Amino acid sequence: MHIPDGFLSGEAAAVGWVVGGSGIALCLREVGLDDNERKLPVAGLAAAFFLVADSPLVPLTIGTDGHLLGGTLAMALLGPWLGAVTMAVVTAIQALALGDGGITTFGLNMVNLALIPAFVGYPLILLLRRLLPSTRIALAGACGFAAFVSVVVASTVFVSEVSLAAVVRVHPATLAKTMFGTYTVVGVLEAALTTLVVRALLEVRPDLVSVATPLHRRRRVPVSELDRAA
Amino acid sequence: MTATHGVDLTVEVETAAHRVAPECKVLATILFVVAVALVPRHGWWAYGVDATLVAAVAIAAKAPARLLGQRLAVEIPFVVFIVLLPFVGGGAKTHLLGVPLSRAGLQAAGGIAAKATLAVLATALLTATTKPPAILAGLTRLRCPSQLTAIAGLALRYFQVVLDELRRMQIARVARGDDPSWIWQARAAARSAGALTVRCLQRGERVYGAMLARGYSGNMPDTVLSERAQPLEWAVTLVVPLVAATATVLARAMS
Repeated sequence: MHIPDGFLSGEAAAVGWVVGGSGIALCLREVGLDDNERKLPVAGLAAAFFLVADSPLVPLTIGTDGHLLGGTLAMALLGPWLGAVTMAVVTAIQALALGDGGITTFGLNMVNLALIPAFVGYPLILLLRRLLPSTRIALAGACGFAAFVSVVVASTVFVSEVSLAAVVRVHPATLAKTMFGTYTVVGVLEAALTTLVVRALLEVRPDLVSVATPLHRRRRVPVSELDRAA
Repeated sequence: MTATHGVDLTVEVETAAHRVAPECKVLATILFVVAVALVPRHGWWAYGVDATLVAAVAIAAKAPARLLGQRLAVEIPFVVFIVLLPFVGGGAKTHLLGVPLSRAGLQAAGGIAAKATLAVLATALLTATTKPPAILAGLTRLRCPSQLTAIAGLALRYFQVVLDELRRMQIARVARGDDPSWIWQARAAARSAGALTVRCLQRGERVYGAMLARGYSGNMPDTVLSERAQPLEWAVTLVVPLVAATATVLARAMS
C-alpha cells in the first residue's frame, strides 16, 4: 500500500500532497484543541507498534507476508484525529528512515493510510456500533469490517489516481483486477488482525479503546455483584 | 528485515557528510527526490546526472554498498508490479522472444524503476549519514509541527524495544510447542499481535508517568545539541538538489 517515488505523475503527486497535507493539518488542529498532551506518549508507542506490525510478521506463503497496515486500528484506539496524526507519522518514518514509500507520493500515502481510515473507517465503526448490540465481540467485529472497507476504498483511490493521472496508460480494468485481487486478501487479513487486537484490548484494558462506550467498558459481572443480587 | 529496521541504520564512520547540519541534509534529500520524480519520460540522461550525484555523495559519505543494497530490497514488491506494465500497457507493441510488449509500458516501467531506485538510495544516504534523532531535530528546525516530531521521536526510541518484545513473545511461543511453520503459525502470531498492542499501550502510559516525574510540561526537550546550519553548509548541501533540478528543467524543456 506504500506507493514509492516515481509511481505517480507530478500532477497526481501534487494533488495527493494538497489533499493529504490539508487533511493532516485539520487533524493536527483538532488534536491541539483538546488536552491531548497525556496521549502523546501512548500515540508514540502505538506508532512504534505499527512500525513493527507493518514489517513482515506472519509468513503465510513464500513471498506473501501478512502485515498490519493498522490505519483503522489506530482510529479505534486513539480516535480519528490523533489516530490520523499517528498514522501520518508512521508513514513519514517509513518513507524517510526505512525506505518504504516515497517523498513525492507521501501525500497520497497519507490519504490512503491515515485519512481514509479516519474519515471512512472511523464513522463506519460509529455507525455499526449504533446498529449492533453493544457487546465486545460485536464492537471488535465492527472494527474489523471497517478495516476491510478502508483497505478496499484505499485501493480504489489508488487505482483511480494511477489510471487518471498515470505515467503510463494502463487499462483501468486490468489494473483494477490485479489490485482488487491482491487487496481483497490484504483487506481480509487486516480485518482479522484488527478484530483480534480490538478484542484482546477490550478484554484487558477497555479504557484504552477510544470507540468503546461505557457499556463495553463495564467489567464482566464480578463475584461480589452476584452475591449482592442473590 | 531486522537488518533494514534495526539499530545499524547508521554506519559508524565520520565524514564531512556526517557532520553537516541535519536540517540541510533533510531538505536537500526532499528536494532531490522531488527533482528526480519530475524527470520527463524521455529524459534518460537526467537519470544519469542524478545517479552520478547519488554515487558522488555515497563515495563522499563512505556508505557501504551492502547497506544500500539492503535498502533496495524494500522496493522488490513494487518492482514485481512494474514488471507487469509492459504486458498490460496499451499502444504500440514491440516483440521480445515472441512476447508482445507494450513499448509505452516498457518505457514507463524503466522510468518508474529509475525514479524509485534513485529515491530509495537518496533516503538511504540520509539515514546512513544522519542518526534518526538528528533527522527529527532537522525536521523541527524546518518548522515541522511539534506534535508530529514528538510522536515520531517516541516511536523511533521505542521501535527496537517493541521489536525485541515481539521476538521474546515468539521465542516463548515456540518454547511452548507452537509449530513455527507457514500457515499454522498465523493464528498464534495474530494473538501475539493483540498481546503486543496491550503491552505497547501500557508501556506508553508508564512512559508518560516517568516523563511527568521528570518534569514534562508538554514540550519535548531538545536532545540534539548540534549547532544550527551555517550559510556555507546550506550552500554546499543544496548544490546537489540544485544540479538535479537543473537537469530536470532542461530535460523537460527539451522533450
